[in-house]
Amino acid sequence: MSTRALPLYITIGIFLLAYLLCWIQFPNMLSTRVIGNLLTDNAYLGIVAVGMTMVILSGGIDLSVGAVIAFSGVFIAVLLRDTGLHPLIVFTLLLMLTTAFGAAMGFLIDRLAMPAFIVTLAGMFLARGAAYMLSIESVPITHPFYQTLQGAYYLMPGKGRLTLIGVLMVLTFVAGMIVAHRTRFGTSVYALGGGETTARLMGVRQGRTTIMVYAFSGLMAGMAGIVFSIYTGSGYSLATVGTELTAIAAVVIGGTLLTGGAGYMFGTLIGVLTMGLIQTYIVFDGTLSSWWTKIVIGILLLAFILLQKGLLRLSQMRMAQQRGQA
Amino acid sequence: MLLSIRSLNKMFPGTRALDGVDFDLQAGEVHALLGENGAGKSTLIKCLTGAYRRDGGTVLLEGTEIAPQSTVQAQDLGIGTVYQEVNLLPNLTVAQNLMFGREPRRFGLIDNRAMRAQARRMLQAYGLDLNVDRNLGSYSVAIQQIIAIARAAALSGKVLILDEPTASLDAQEVQLVFDVVRGLRERGLGIIFVSHFLDQVFDLTDRVTVLRNGRKIVTENTRDLNRVSLIGHMLGRELEDATSHDTINRGPRPPMLRFEGIGSRGVIAPFDLAVGQGEVVGLAGLLGSGRTETAELLFGLRNAATGSARDQSGKIDISNPRAGIRNGFGFAPEDRKTDGIVADLSIRENITLGLQARRGWARPIPRDQQNRLADDYIKRLDIRTTGREKRIGELSGGNQQKVVLARWLAMNPRFLILDEPTRGIDVGAHAEIVRLIHELTDQGMSLLVISSEIDELIAVSDRVIVLRDRRHVAELTGDLMNPDQIMKAIAATDAQTKELA
Repeated sequence: MSTRALPLYITIGIFLLAYLLCWIQFPNMLSTRVIGNLLTDNAYLGIVAVGMTMVILSGGIDLSVGAVIAFSGVFIAVLLRDTGLHPLIVFTLLLMLTTAFGAAMGFLIDRLAMPAFIVTLAGMFLARGAAYMLSIESVPITHPFYQTLQGAYYLMPGKGRLTLIGVLMVLTFVAGMIVAHRTRFGTSVYALGGGETTARLMGVRQGRTTIMVYAFSGLMAGMAGIVFSIYTGSGYSLATVGTELTAIAAVVIGGTLLTGGAGYMFGTLIGVLTMGLIQTYIVFDGTLSSWWTKIVIGILLLAFILLQKGLLRLSQMRMAQQRGQA
Repeated sequence: MLLSIRSLNKMFPGTRALDGVDFDLQAGEVHALLGENGAGKSTLIKCLTGAYRRDGGTVLLEGTEIAPQSTVQAQDLGIGTVYQEVNLLPNLTVAQNLMFGREPRRFGLIDNRAMRAQARRMLQAYGLDLNVDRNLGSYSVAIQQIIAIARAAALSGKVLILDEPTASLDAQEVQLVFDVVRGLRERGLGIIFVSHFLDQVFDLTDRVTVLRNGRKIVTENTRDLNRVSLIGHMLGRELEDATSHDTINRGPRPPMLRFEGIGSRGVIAPFDLAVGQGEVVGLAGLLGSGRTETAELLFGLRNAATGSARDQSGKIDISNPRAGIRNGFGFAPEDRKTDGIVADLSIRENITLGLQARRGWARPIPRDQQNRLADDYIKRLDIRTTGREKRIGELSGGNQQKVVLARWLAMNPRFLILDEPTRGIDVGAHAEIVRLIHELTDQGMSLLVISSEIDELIAVSDRVIVLRDRRHVAELTGDLMNPDQIMKAIAATDAQTKELA
């Protein structure tokens, strides 16, 4: 077996094992209700993690997405409250805005050769500040179209609800997989993550690719914002603080190398579901504090980083052996 | 003529990197481009690949003048390059690397199956049958190098530049790569081959062009050349006019350090070295012969796989630079700019850096003591500066070198390694450094000096050790230590070495 997909297999293995353990203790865990909720509750996180996966694959990081989600919610709520625009028009405006915001950050990162960490950190403060400017208070969304969206679900056998936003997340992952693995843009992203100089020598248009990566992440953050507003039925400027870090954790637990260039979009889906599973377990248990989620996620993260280092060492040793035999 | 370069010029601030260079490449030939560091090889290549823009002269590709602005543009024109460090992406699959930028597509999406099939076909043309779905990084460097060549040939298809493609390969792997190169020659590509390994040049190439100091020295058919004349061209000295040198024979030195069986696989073959007190040992050899590696092993910058070191009082540790410094070793590296100076710090800070590191950062050297040290060395080494607080990056190369020397001298080492101490500095400073070396040894310090300039090496050394192909092949002393003998030893093949010894 090649070491290429090993982190992915391990991620899937850990998820299945964890699910098995949960199921042994609480047989109800394996029901369409739980699965439906897993998708619904983590929809916004999953969508934003798709964008984050792309950014991390390219060797960058995007710290702004949590703030962009909060901004999106407030933007939608305020616009629906104060204008007569249809939500679909508001969504379009919002997605254009967040995509342009991401593209602008990508432009600065590329042109000024600035660390993505700093640029997106500035973007985070900017987006959060813009959300406060629109409204400090939580703004409820009462538009009838929203009630339609919130009520849209498919009743699975076993009374589990496959909601619109859950489906949207799965579709986003499918789209993300296609972009990452089946387009030249996706290959360029992996190439940049593998080594900028080499990628340039191989003909990657670095500036264009960088801008597109952050624009994609901005688009995904906007989508996640829409989904979050449907999920909570309101817009609140203090929402989703730290979501960018949760998304990064999901990406890493999903087996993507934090330094870029290696990983799978599907792994991130599993990473998101693993984190959702832990939360579900804590709800089922009922006695555990929800902070246990954070602790388990921390341990998982550490384990995966160690695993990645170990794999790197292993493949280097194997290379050395091959040379020895040659 | 496939590629024809006429009176190519390229200036850099302060130097003329290429000075009216002519170069011709025919279809179906392998043309070696040779020269020591700074001869202009890489500048010439960078002018061809679009990394640099030339300042004058013409470059004709199949009769049409070209001026590529980027590597990609050069590729599109038909000039492909393979570098010493494989310039492909180890995190992508073999197929992705081969087909990067021209993946077959269906309905706008990459057709993975067709991509794999095409990649496999490309490799089969070179007699390779690989799993193209595995990461490039999981294959050996030789295979990666062949894949890089396959990609460059497929992309460009007229001129292929191989820039030291064999530097990190062993003998068998080199043959593997050469078979591929010969195949491409038969297909009518013009191939420019840059290498420091003369055996490989004689093995593979049809013609040789030697550059020195930015000028073309000679272009000849490889079979009309012998090793000695070739090295003479490269080092800029005809063997015939070997002038006699006053070597000061100061007699045997009291032994100080003994290195036994120091070596590391693929870096340098195990060697013994004894250094006497106040003795200067010179290391001669072409670039890539293992000179710098020898120095790095002795100082602990590289880990020796085998061997041990001892001084009069017993075994000493040379496993890392800190241990080396504790032993009283010093090392002024070849690449001053990246390894020697801290460009943004002042002269004073650069001089006291090593001393401070040894004292530990918790006990800063008092400022007035720092000032005294800096002023003292500025005077002693005649460092030309407006003051001790000047940024070292603003000094000339020779003065930077003196500051690096001062840093080590401030620590009063007993064994100092100087790797190319006079590289890139003007003639006046050159003489001063040679004078300084004599002074130091008179005070009992031992030195290991690496230099490409044979005359200089002879002028400072008590003994010269000659390296070739990562081995210590000869040791010359007394009357034998003359340019003639040294060049013969560099040029010799294995059988001749035994005679010499």
